[in-house]
Amino acid sequence: MKPAPFEYHAPERPDEVVGLLSELGDEAKILAGGQSLIPMLNLRLATFEHLVDVTRVEGLAGVERRNGSLWIGSATTDAAVERSADVAEAVPLLAKATPFVGHFQIRSRGTVGGSLAHADPAAEYPAVALALDAEMEVLSPGGTRTVPAAEFFAGLWTTAIGEDELLVGTSFPVWTGRTGFAVEEFARRSGDFAIAGAAVGVELDAQDRLARCTIGLIGLGTTPGRARDAERQLTGTDLASISSDEVGRLAVADLSSVPSDLHGTADYRTKVGATMVARAWTAATEEAARA
Amino acid sequence: MPEQTAERSDESRVVEGRTVDVEVTVNGRRRSDRVDARLTLADYLREVCDLTGTHLGCEHGVCGACTVLVDGEATRSCLMFAVQARDTEVTTIEGLAAGGELTDVQAAFRDCHGLQCGFCTPGFVISATAFLADHDQPDDDEIRHALAGNLCRCTGYQGILDAVRQAAGTAEPS
Repeated sequence: MKPAPFEYHAPERPDEVVGLLSELGDEAKILAGGQSLIPMLNLRLATFEHLVDVTRVEGLAGVERRNGSLWIGSATTDAAVERSADVAEAVPLLAKATPFVGHFQIRSRGTVGGSLAHADPAAEYPAVALALDAEMEVLSPGGTRTVPAAEFFAGLWTTAIGEDELLVGTSFPVWTGRTGFAVEEFARRSGDFAIAGAAVGVELDAQDRLARCTIGLIGLGTTPGRARDAERQLTGTDLASISSDEVGRLAVADLSSVPSDLHGTADYRTKVGATMVARAWTAATEEAARA
Repeated sequence: MPEQTAERSDESRVVEGRTVDVEVTVNGRRRSDRVDARLTLADYLREVCDLTGTHLGCEHGVCGACTVLVDGEATRSCLMFAVQARDTEVTTIEGLAAGGELTDVQAAFRDCHGLQCGFCTPGFVISATAFLADHDQPDDDEIRHALAGNLCRCTGYQGILDAVRQAAGTAEPS
């Protein structure tokens, strides 16, 4: 047996989860799909006195259309997202990001909420949530609050969720009109965390001008990233007036905390990031132009 | 660890704490065991159920040797606690060949030399079985992606690819 001993809790309702978390404080950790947490427990890089399993909590799994958004419950598995016709139709960027999440054997257990709460800057779902201005529904002992994605990712593996709070679900805005979406990643091996990646969404008006665009950055900082300056400069311009390589350069122009490790220096990752943005931009704009 | 096979009533079943009761169907047989909450499904299958066909390589989700089916979905058994498998159906490599007759995937691994030392084989066979259940006529790219989550240090993968192609019925006639 690898993990240190812990007490296992299997609450049935969201309020019971929050009650337990309040009671147990920082000795407790939420266990969702476990595809990031259990490796850390097995290697004893992390130990907790209590694990609160949320995978069977009522109302925590599912995909629903709510007020023009697509709500995805935290305990919804990546595999369920991959199979969902609603996700493919309403939030194509999320559907396109999913095959990049680990391997299919990981996606059968891994959850959307778990990935967002783990907040790995090289993970796909956090970057997609940020790019689409998703809203996180967080349950506290005092009630429910909504956190915009822009305020959710606070630092490396750190979010705005308090110790006694539970991420119940996430609402992803649904884009309509002439839209296109693409995710591109470069990884050393299929299924590895990306050296760098990009998640791009665009909407074109009838004259092929950019009505809106979003550029999410994967693995290019201590948090999931977004090229907001580039988006501002591009919005309203004629699609034909700018090359995808230029978009790539713009998107990585003012990055300041790109990680360096044995797989690549910050400089190298930045260059790869620009190429991934350029490729995703090309694919997304081609899709929108066809729409 | 003593094996406990008598069904417990719902009231007496311990589902929380350091030691918990697990009721689970393994290869078609319903079992009930009291186990440590920290016991992974992989160790449960090997140490408690004596099903040592599920192999453990890295124990942190990278190598894929421990892959089993949980309610039909390929899952890393080292990245799941036994208690989390309660009330599910788990199928290990031992549970595939009904009545001792090899499945198409198993027969294809034998035919195509898809194994050498055999350590990674249970994980590959389970992964390929789950993949082919969901994919009719997969192309080569899909097969390669499906196998990317399993590591083999002997074969160089070509025999394994051939085996999955054969089992999928998409192999080029030789």
